[in-house]
Amino acid sequence: MKGSLISSFKSIASGMGILSRGANPLRRLGDSVFAFVVFLAAFAVIILMALMVYELVRQSLPSIEQFGVRFLISREWDPINNVYGALPYIYGTIVSSLLALLMSVPLSLGIAIFLSQFAPRWLRAPLGMLVDLLAAIPSVVYGLWGIFVLAPFLGKTVEPFLADHLGGIPVFRGPAYGIGLFAASVVLAIMITPTISAISREVMANVSRDQKEAAQALGATPWETVRMSVLPLARPGIIGAVILGLGRALGETMAVTMLIGNVRQLNVSIFAPAYSIASVIANEFAEVTEGPHMAALIEMALILLFITLLLNLLARLLVQRTGSRAARVKGRP
Amino acid sequence: MAGYITTNNLGASFGGVQAIENITVEIPANKVTAIIGPSGCGKSTFLRCLNRMHELVPGTKISGEVIWDGRNIYASEMDATEVRRGIGMVFQKPNPFPLMSIEDNVSAGLRLAAGRMSKARIAEIIEHSLKLAALWDEVKNKLGRPGGSLSGGQQQRLCIARALAVQPDVILMDEPCSALDPASTQKIEDTIDKLKKDYTIVIVTHNMQQAARVSDFTGFMLAREMSDPGRMIEYGPTNKIFTMPDRKETENYITGRFG
Ligand SMILES: Nc1ncnc2c1ncn2[C@@H]1O[C@H](COP(=O)(O)OP(=O)(O)O)[C@@H](O)[C@H]1O
Ligand SMILES: [Mg+2]
Repeated sequence: MKGSLISSFKSIASGMGILSRGANPLRRLGDSVFAFVVFLAAFAVIILMALMVYELVRQSLPSIEQFGVRFLISREWDPINNVYGALPYIYGTIVSSLLALLMSVPLSLGIAIFLSQFAPRWLRAPLGMLVDLLAAIPSVVYGLWGIFVLAPFLGKTVEPFLADHLGGIPVFRGPAYGIGLFAASVVLAIMITPTISAISREVMANVSRDQKEAAQALGATPWETVRMSVLPLARPGIIGAVILGLGRALGETMAVTMLIGNVRQLNVSIFAPAYSIASVIANEFAEVTEGPHMAALIEMALILLFITLLLNLLARLLVQRTGSRAARVKGRP
Repeated sequence: MAGYITTNNLGASFGGVQAIENITVEIPANKVTAIIGPSGCGKSTFLRCLNRMHELVPGTKISGEVIWDGRNIYASEMDATEVRRGIGMVFQKPNPFPLMSIEDNVSAGLRLAAGRMSKARIAEIIEHSLKLAALWDEVKNKLGRPGGSLSGGQQQRLCIARALAVQPDVILMDEPCSALDPASTQKIEDTIDKLKKDYTIVIVTHNMQQAARVSDFTGFMLAREMSDPGRMIEYGPTNKIFTMPDRKETENYITGRFG
């Protein structure tokens, strides 16, 4: 194992040109030690990831074998008769995260555009810091705030208002519970806003003055300048920021568990309580020790990992498409 | 002769530091006016005052007047975007929109303008502008390629075409050839020569031969000390500035004693 690791390291490292030739022996030794350390670090991540997937698959095997694809599309969750289906959780996880993105992305882009392009210089640092600070609030605190402040407000004011005015659309129909999918999504939106806005702000601030002046010299207004020069160049970075935010939303456990209502049901209304993968794992993991119930929970973890990876991959493909176009363009003098 | 653009006592300061001062010149219509002078003397600053590009930089103060077509462009009722539409600019470093296609680069300013234009009319303007900028033959078969895929010299001509497409009266050029090879420089100088029939052109250049070649009028700027604001030392017909300048400083600069 050790020998093959070192030899594969050597072949990769020399292929990448990390291993120097010709320098004095001591420096060469330092170089190869350094190269080996960084190689190990990178390799450790791969091993860790593989081990994790292996363990998840191994422990969820009973569930995978028993339920097969049905696990993904069934809504039943009956620990007494040992019948499990993950659909309500998958639905709750994906819908709450996408709703959160829907609310957070426009807000974050607004913050980023304002802070990077329009805010007076003295306001940028303090305001930016304030937004960043949102990321430092523990999720349990978000959960408590959600329970005591946000959910009652949504249930008494926002949800009845939406139902009155947009009730024609099924997602806004139904009783206003306060606690539910919508409340979880709003808190998630607040939680991922610092991530998305901070990265977007950074990439927008990096668009050169040259490019902005190009638009301005054509008679563009400030907003047209943002649209014409800033957004196209910042786009790959913005997509990256959204991926990170989405990743955080999908995996968020505590705040969602406190707010989503923890009811296994599939409901078109976003006001209704729901459940999420992370929440059901957190809620039930302590009560079971082994058997089909445990296997089902672990398969849920596997599914969550899979969803996260899949969405990441999709978004990354999107970045690559726009990014490679940008790279091709920048490669030329 | 009345200037098409006249500056009265024009000055500019950045964060309280005066960069140019007291510039009063008359820039004639349909002529090429060159601004020369050692680097740092405020040539770019002066040029950017002529289409209100400076107000985008915080801490900038402009004093005096710039009269364009009878109106002070700094008057409160003037709209900066309208000024920049009428007085276009080509920058020192070519700055096409790198991801935008070549044709979209050229029509970018048109698409900003209020009022819709037919596709055919836009295509016509794109072709006309690219031809004026002597780029059409090189790009006519790849109009959909990104602007950033062109060479530096082509990019600069694309920027000229982009500025021309909005049909301005005046085109300001800030050392448009300083980053280019001689062949591209030649093409741009030819373009300038063609353009002056219909446009008023002000070109900043550090290259005195270029000023002598392309311009009808020349202004020489100088900041006497490092910390002094730049002033227009002498302004007049190019022939006169280069053969018998009135001012000693101009003669020294032209004959290469400094700068
Ligand atoms: N945006 C700016 N902020 C602060 N100082 C500036 C700015 N633009 C120009 N200056 C200053 O104004 C002076 C003239 O600069 P510039 O007009 O670029 O000279 P030139 O184009 O003749 O080389 C320089 O001292 C420069 O430092
Ligand atoms: Mg300059």
